[in-house]
Amino acid sequence: MNPQLTEDGRLCHLLSIDGLPRAILTQILDTAESFMDVGEREVKKVPLLRGKSIFNLFFEPSTRTRTTFEIAAKRLSADVVNLNISTSSQTKGEAILDTVDNLAAMHADMFIVRHSQSGAAHFIARNVAPHISVINAGDGRHAHPTQGLLDMFTIRRFKGDFHNLTVAIVGDVLHSRVARSQIHALTTLGVPEVRVIGPKTLMPTGVEQMGVKVFHDMETGLRGCDVVIMLRLQNERMKGALLPSTQEYFKFFGLTPEKLAFAKPDAIVMHPGPMNRGVEIASEVADGPQSVILPQVTYGIAVRMAVMALLAGGTTT
Amino acid sequence: MHASLPDADTLIRQLADAIAPTLTPDTLIVGIHTGGAWVAERLHALLQSTTPLGTLDISFYRDDFSRIGLHPQVKPSNLPFDLENRDILLVDDVLHSGRTVRAAMNELFDYGRPASIRLAVLVDRNDHELPIRPDFAGLTITVPDNQNINLSRLDDGHLTLSLA
Repeated sequence: MNPQLTEDGRLCHLLSIDGLPRAILTQILDTAESFMDVGEREVKKVPLLRGKSIFNLFFEPSTRTRTTFEIAAKRLSADVVNLNISTSSQTKGEAILDTVDNLAAMHADMFIVRHSQSGAAHFIARNVAPHISVINAGDGRHAHPTQGLLDMFTIRRFKGDFHNLTVAIVGDVLHSRVARSQIHALTTLGVPEVRVIGPKTLMPTGVEQMGVKVFHDMETGLRGCDVVIMLRLQNERMKGALLPSTQEYFKFFGLTPEKLAFAKPDAIVMHPGPMNRGVEIASEVADGPQSVILPQVTYGIAVRMAVMALLAGGTTT
Repeated sequence: MHASLPDADTLIRQLADAIAPTLTPDTLIVGIHTGGAWVAERLHALLQSTTPLGTLDISFYRDDFSRIGLHPQVKPSNLPFDLENRDILLVDDVLHSGRTVRAAMNELFDYGRPASIRLAVLVDRNDHELPIRPDFAGLTITVPDNQNINLSRLDDGHLTLSLA
């Protein structure tokens, strides 16, 4: 039983892309497309979630994700409360469910949760009242489903559809919840070839079982790719000596114009941000004509609006 | 049951004849998805309007969202013009409760402040729940509450009205 779906197959929480059918992913992307023009209008708001209260529960710091969730909720006319819990009662030892229960008593309708521990959003979703929806905004190394969805939206906007693409995900796959969400989304949506490229020390064992091809050098890995997704080198998660140095990493796996030339000439370059310039990506590429890194941020708002609207609506027939 | 309702194309031509004398050259025609957009497309051609045709999907403005959720196939609204201070002719297929038209007007005002909005419908069911009345109606008819009047488009583009 997938905790994200109701008995009639409707989305009730968004916790991970793993286990969601293609129809739901496509519905989210199509709905996001309809929300795209709201950002261009005189009044950048629709009244869909008027009267709903959405709580951003960030147990781990984030600027971009929290901000885009906040903007998305406000464009849907919801009331948004931001809580950075590391600086609040968690330091006083309040248990996570007590925090959640207190907020539910304030008539919360939706929780957006980021936590350094894998499974935190699932745990909250299992323990809230049935009318409350939970969106996972990143949990440990596990999943970051709205990032995965906005990446799919970006690919679809620039490449049309998924059926003839070769997509490479480059870098620290081991520590990346974004990579896991992307791989599940790409394979579910029917991308025929998904590659992961990185040093052996940053590749999870058994990653091939997720339906990807593994490469350890950029030249063969990038050859013929339509989409190149760079991952952030997770300095803050790196425990122990997995890499000799960031300079060494850049030499072999940093995306430079020379390495990008191995991909197709019309390949797009993506990055979930924040970028380490000169570590995983060169500024010439990040700011270059093939980069779609800033559109990703803009699309993230429409995609998060779509997810919230689908979760907050009544039972669709 | 088809026989009990007039031919849709005939009604659209009559509607166009009624609208024509009141139409200024810069009136913007906006149809509500999906049936209203078909009717608007016909009126736009019959009236030889030179302004771009607009379409509106009111899914994000419905008053029953919290009960029934989002329509599974939301289409983007397409208003390829600035409607500030313009005269709008809003077009729908069937006017029943008036809730769709209310939602459409709310949406239009989020794009700007039009000078005026007039409402043209193919069929006015004459059983309103809101103080909204059409300025132009191809047909005014009273049918029992449990019956639906539907406009559908055949593969050849022909529009037909049915009662079910």
